[in-house]
Amino acid sequence: MLENITLTENDQPHIYETNLRLEKATMNVLLGATLSGKTTLMRLMAGLDKPSSGSILWNDEDVTGVRVQDRDIAFVYQQFINYPSLTVYENIASPLRLMNKNSADIDKAVRQCADLMKLSSFLTRKPLELSGGQQQRCALARALVKGSGLVLLDEPLANLDYKLREELRAEIPKIFADSGAIFVYATTEPEEALLLGGNTATLHEGRITQFGKTSTIYRQPKDATTARIFSNPPMNFLKLSKSGNKITFSDGTNAKASEALSKLGDGDYIAGFRPNHLELAQHSDMAIKFNAKLDVTEITGSETYMHMRHGGERWVGLVHGVHDLTLGEEVSVFLDPSHIYTFSQDGNMVLPAFYAKGI
Amino acid sequence: MKINKSAIVMIFYILFLMLPIYWLINMSLKTNQEILSTFSLWPNDLTFDNYMVIFTDPSWYGGYLNSITYVVMNTVISVSVALPAAYAFSRYNFMGDKHLFFWLLTNRMAPPAVFALPFFQLYSSVGLFDTHIAVALAHTLFNVPLAVWILEGFMRGVPKEIDETAYIDGYSFFGFFRKIFMPLIASGIGVAAFFCFMFSWVELLLSRTLTSVDAKSIAATMTRTVSASGLDWGVLAAAGVLTIIPGALVIYFVRNHIAKGFALGRV
Repeated sequence: MLENITLTENDQPHIYETNLRLEKATMNVLLGATLSGKTTLMRLMAGLDKPSSGSILWNDEDVTGVRVQDRDIAFVYQQFINYPSLTVYENIASPLRLMNKNSADIDKAVRQCADLMKLSSFLTRKPLELSGGQQQRCALARALVKGSGLVLLDEPLANLDYKLREELRAEIPKIFADSGAIFVYATTEPEEALLLGGNTATLHEGRITQFGKTSTIYRQPKDATTARIFSNPPMNFLKLSKSGNKITFSDGTNAKASEALSKLGDGDYIAGFRPNHLELAQHSDMAIKFNAKLDVTEITGSETYMHMRHGGERWVGLVHGVHDLTLGEEVSVFLDPSHIYTFSQDGNMVLPAFYAKGI
Repeated sequence: MKINKSAIVMIFYILFLMLPIYWLINMSLKTNQEILSTFSLWPNDLTFDNYMVIFTDPSWYGGYLNSITYVVMNTVISVSVALPAAYAFSRYNFMGDKHLFFWLLTNRMAPPAVFALPFFQLYSSVGLFDTHIAVALAHTLFNVPLAVWILEGFMRGVPKEIDETAYIDGYSFFGFFRKIFMPLIASGIGVAAFFCFMFSWVELLLSRTLTSVDAKSIAATMTRTVSASGLDWGVLAAAGVLTIIPGALVIYFVRNHIAKGFALGRV
């Protein structure tokens, strides 16, 4: 659908050459940090901005210059955008009215959509008299009632509080399944991408680093950048070199190249592993022991985040339960080698972690 | 009993402010003779004759009708010209937009007297002299920049995403502007209209220069009441009272937004 799109503003490239093909009735997640170009890319898809070069195809038809009004799209913003002067009912009905549908059809569609978004009892209210979650539901309802082929959701849950976010997040896949449209969902949170499933495109500084099935990308990221984006907290890295069946990590720790890493050719690599794979106790003989200096711990109740320094690298560890650790002390953390992803020096993936291989 | 000092200060201040207005009303209800001969805090000989003069004499009530006509014309023209201009300033970037926006306001920096002569000459030569539209157009010179600034401030408060959402929903530009956008800045339109109304209503010099008989404004009428028998104080005071009323009425309707208007919508 997107062909060689670029966007350059004030001589600064905002989006590098991008190709993206979104299939009918798929859920697509754009995952990336803030300023990585998610919104820009969606605005290009919507036709709100024009690409500097390249073209946008819809059903094999070039729609690059087509007016927004004539496109078959819906857009939901991070801010709750409704028409404050109209009631919720009129808000939801407004796209239909513009299609010149008869009022009985409109009424039916609005009520059905309001039911789905649990807004039925608020139809006569003005959007500003609703809670944040309800306002965003209203915006979603207005986007869905059109039945457009492409629904763009730009971090729709980012401005909601935790509880409401969870609630709405659970509903979005259901809504998607009913609609049969192409959904594009931008988010900064890897968890959201995993929850929504479908396909994911990871974005980094105006480039799509990888596009594919969400679970595949999570388990087998193509390079270190993708792995870093698709991991929360970000993936930890350290250097290693392999010769024969001996592995030496940059801090001098030695380990045997077990089944997980035995296939690796001799040479220097970067090892990456997810924070949740670090452990405070040695559960298997294979686990490699590292010493790191503990900077900060965050205890959320069921989990403890440990921010550590290991040599020049900052690491984050995520362990279950509450742990009483002294800050500034050295801690021993253990890592099962089967959880290590190996990347070449320039960041490309060499071997996915052993545990993720077969899947 | 404890006396609230600040209340006393406030009362004196209000009295101080209201005194001239009270005196005007007081005078309007007296006869000329009483005004000139005695000093009285309230009318000894209450009379409504002064008001009767204004409501019956065509040269007096005609002044009000003329004023209201060109003020309304001016307000409508100013606001309808300023709306698209303000929208452009608030939504688009174009070359020199900031300079142009500032330059608009410099129009208000010149005293109206500067423009009296060119307007007089110009309108005389094209046959617009002594018409309502002449005064209305002359006042737009001062009101359009003000209205643009006020409206731009209010429009800036409306997120651009609302525009885009409306386009995505399928609204044409005009549909969106009328159905979605105008209600959102209704208070801004009200305030802008109020400021245009107020300026045009109180402006004396241009309205007097550009009219003679047919479109003579009330302010001009009031300055021309010196007759052979001297000044008609009572009628003049009554005219003054009646001149305050429209402004007071308009201000009542926009009272909640007036502070934002004085800050040109930038709060």
